[in-house]
Amino acid sequence: MPAESSSHKRRNQWLILLVVVTNVIGNVALGHGMRQTGAIISASPLDYLHAFTNPWTVAGVVILAIWMISNLALLSRADLSFVLPVTASGYVLIALLGQFGLGERISAIRWIGIIAISMGVVLAEETPSRTTPPQPEEQP
Amino acid sequence: MTGVRWALVGIIAAANTAGDVLNTAGMKRQGEVQDLSPRSVGHMIVRVFHNWYVLAGIGALTVSFFALLSLLSIAPVSFAIPATAISYALETFLAKHVLKEDVGARRWAAATLVAIGVVLLQW
Repeated sequence: MPAESSSHKRRNQWLILLVVVTNVIGNVALGHGMRQTGAIISASPLDYLHAFTNPWTVAGVVILAIWMISNLALLSRADLSFVLPVTASGYVLIALLGQFGLGERISAIRWIGIIAISMGVVLAEETPSRTTPPQPEEQP
Repeated sequence: MTGVRWALVGIIAAANTAGDVLNTAGMKRQGEVQDLSPRSVGHMIVRVFHNWYVLAGIGALTVSFFALLSLLSIAPVSFAIPATAISYALETFLAKHVLKEDVGARRWAAATLVAIGVVLLQW
């Protein structure tokens, strides 16, 4: 595999940022909306339509759709075994937002978790983003 | 209700793993998205609708999504964490053996550290 160019790496880093931020905001909005809606246990998608009357749920779904598109774009450019750990930085972001944004207390064990995830992100970032042969470039 | 919660955790882990592996296989066959301009992204989305791997992957992630909606309606977000931790190990294994990625010691260490960290965040 040829060495990764700096522009390829920079674009991947922007995509990773987009994937992480949309995943965090989308899940927080969705979780907030679902708690307001109440319990749903059903095999029928129709029963979930009621949840879509909640604006938080709708916002969460729209933001997670953006996450899906950006994640597919990232997976077209990088290995799954690279994408998985580097996008885990979202957990650190949620915990730090809770601590500094909402005043939640982070226990010592949670801090160890944050450090472990951060070390995992850094370790994965040091590997080449792609180890499989690239397909011909996609032209619009 | 605890049994239902753990069944949902299992469904989320299995469907999420299948979805990510299928999406990666499909997007690698489709070719790299060069930039995030509206034209490029629009073209990628159109091609996705003809890509059976990605369609199956999105189907699996949809199952995972509805299972997550159910879980979030009866349990706190932290209850979904074990499903995520299992997925990290399983997906890294499948990335090596199915997607044929070069998963060396660093990537295994990264996936393991993240999975441990995700579990510790529950405390």
